[in-house]
Amino acid sequence: MILGIKPYFEGVRNLSIIEAKNLSKVFGKNTKQAVELLGKGLSKEEILKETGCTVGVNRATFSVDPGEVFVIMGLSGSGKSTLVRLINRLIEPTEGSILIEGDNLATMDKKELRNVRRDKLGMVFQKFALFPHRTILENAEFGLEIQNVPKEERRKKATEALELVGLGGYLNQKPSQLSGGMQQRVGLARALTNDPEVLLMDEAFSALDPLIRKDMQDELMDLQAKMQKTIVFITHDLDEALRIGDRIALMKDGSIVQIGTPEEILVHPKNDYVEKFVEDIDRSKVLTAQHIMKRPETVNIEKHGPRVALERMREEGLSGMYVVDSKRNLKGYVTADDASNARKNNINDLKEILTNNIPKVDKDTSLNDIFDLIHDAPMPVAVVEEGKLIGIIVRGAVLAALSSDSEVNMENA
Amino acid sequence: MLDNMLEFIPSIPLSEWTTRATDWITDKFAILFDPIKEHFGNFMEFTSEALLAVPAVLIILLVAVISFFITGRKFGLAAFSIVGLWLIYNQGLWEHLMSTFTLVLLASLLSVIIGVPIGILMSKSRIAEAIFTPILDFMQTMPAFVYLIPAVAFFGIGMVPGVFASLIFATPPTVRFTNLGIRQVSKELVEASEAFGSTGAQKLFKVQLPMARATIMAGINQTVMLALSMVVIASMIGAPGLGREVLSALQRAQVGPGFVAGVGIVILAIIIDRITQNMNKDKNA
Ligand SMILES: Nc1ncnc2c1ncn2[C@@H]1O[C@H](COP(=O)(O)OP(=O)(O)OP(=O)(O)O)[C@@H](O)[C@H]1O
Ligand SMILES: [Mg+2]
Repeated sequence: MILGIKPYFEGVRNLSIIEAKNLSKVFGKNTKQAVELLGKGLSKEEILKETGCTVGVNRATFSVDPGEVFVIMGLSGSGKSTLVRLINRLIEPTEGSILIEGDNLATMDKKELRNVRRDKLGMVFQKFALFPHRTILENAEFGLEIQNVPKEERRKKATEALELVGLGGYLNQKPSQLSGGMQQRVGLARALTNDPEVLLMDEAFSALDPLIRKDMQDELMDLQAKMQKTIVFITHDLDEALRIGDRIALMKDGSIVQIGTPEEILVHPKNDYVEKFVEDIDRSKVLTAQHIMKRPETVNIEKHGPRVALERMREEGLSGMYVVDSKRNLKGYVTADDASNARKNNINDLKEILTNNIPKVDKDTSLNDIFDLIHDAPMPVAVVEEGKLIGIIVRGAVLAALSSDSEVNMENA
Repeated sequence: MLDNMLEFIPSIPLSEWTTRATDWITDKFAILFDPIKEHFGNFMEFTSEALLAVPAVLIILLVAVISFFITGRKFGLAAFSIVGLWLIYNQGLWEHLMSTFTLVLLASLLSVIIGVPIGILMSKSRIAEAIFTPILDFMQTMPAFVYLIPAVAFFGIGMVPGVFASLIFATPPTVRFTNLGIRQVSKELVEASEAFGSTGAQKLFKVQLPMARATIMAGINQTVMLALSMVVIASMIGAPGLGREVLSALQRAQVGPGFVAGVGIVILAIIIDRITQNMNKDKNA
């Protein structure tokens, strides 16, 4: 998922399930004037000075496809919570439209809105928002209870949802008896019980400690693979965004600055702000080439010829290999094509078919720098220390490292 | 010289207006007040007679059992109830106790029935809150005796005006605490209930009221205690009960009987207070 495999981008693009057009929210009294000023392109700060209104969301336009995990990311106060609450109209939009499967939520009456919330939109909250006076089961069945679903049926569905998140044994406990991670599972189960098409998750994992948080992310991805929900996930954490997002929208001062796949955001930040945001992730500063390199498969220029090289590549399923001498000094790179041609033409010395134009980095090179290098390289990047080949880096490793848990990666150091 | 500045208009006949307004209300609403006086008065008498028909031993035991369970199976309050109530019986004040209890019970019930919905209304609407808050302040700060006057005008003397006066005096805490309790329910919980598509009533009954329960109960506890204190004052307008014993002892300067009746009131107050306070706690906790 993290490497940008996005099935719905291939094939025919489906109708969007969520579509926001020029969606704005201004808090305060003089919202009309504020919206006009927004149209003129004034900034959040200028509008606050001029009108006393706070811009929550500034003309957000985006669409989310069915089955997609759409992450909204940004610093505190950038408008993430406001935006996600505009999607189910917990907050009334000041301007713009929000379509759920083509129906405009902004113009619905109360009853229609209620039905959309009941059938299509589930929500998971940062601080869990479980009802403390209800048991776990009663919490999970809440959504169906208010739809007057018969008790037996709704209990069955709620139990199923709780079992799905691994809490089948806690049905009659009260929320306060559970740990944070378990409580958030209940929050997730409560949303899943209704079987909504869309899950809105506002910093759903932010209140959990890091290890549990990672478990929850994994679990969410497992669930997502099974159930194919559309998920709008809010986070202020780039790691989390990279880990679970199919696409990421980055917000600043109420505006969406860039929308793209994790790769696009990392590789082609649209402006300085995004670049800085992306740079700011600790991992890219802390992690260097040696943390993410693999053990290289090599051939020895002093002992082996094209024949052996070809044989080794076949064994390992590779299309090329690095060439070293007996002291592991890096000599070059040989491709399978070249080796095969050499064999046909009875060339027995690897020296004649070596490529010297290879991407090379020192073991202390930061991930960011490797990123630029690896993007255009036809072969894995060689990691060298005083001229000796100590490892190679394949393309996927960089992204994976940026998004995965740091402890695992640090072990190589 | 300077004082003349304050006399730029003659004295405003505020008290006269009030008197006239009260007379007018008494006159115009007699159709309403008279049946209330009659039927409610009958009902109260009936209640207090019914209580008297039950053997005192049974009532004492019942109170003891309730005390035992409501305090989480502890003997303290139960023992106190038995001794205290027996003492009142022993002093020959049982009949007065039942009258006082009837008054407190009905006055508190009415306060809750009226107060909780007003509290809910205030929590839902800023306008309602702005209107009711000063009224509540007024109701609570006005000396309690003052309510006795219109109470007599509307309902004559006896139990009914006592309940009326107590209603005005004792309802505010229930209203305030209901409002406060609902407003204190965390925003996320309210959002959660809305996000799942609750109607307004579902939100209120399934989330807000259950969450506000402890706070509302604290308000009700205060209301009951105020009702008790008012019921004692209401003896001045002929409400029967322990208060009347105190009053008559006062009028005849009899220290002994006054003190004994006073102790009876204290015992009743303690029992009612502890029971209503414990209603609000989770018995399993
Ligand atoms: N009810 C409100 N009234 C007035 N201003 C508000 C309200 N809710 C949010 N805002 C303002 O809107 C802006 C966006 O707030 P929002 O809560 O959406 O940010 P966020 O990205 O979710 O931040 P965080 O990461 O801290 O949760 C902020 O400037 C905030 O002060
Ligand atoms: Mg937020």
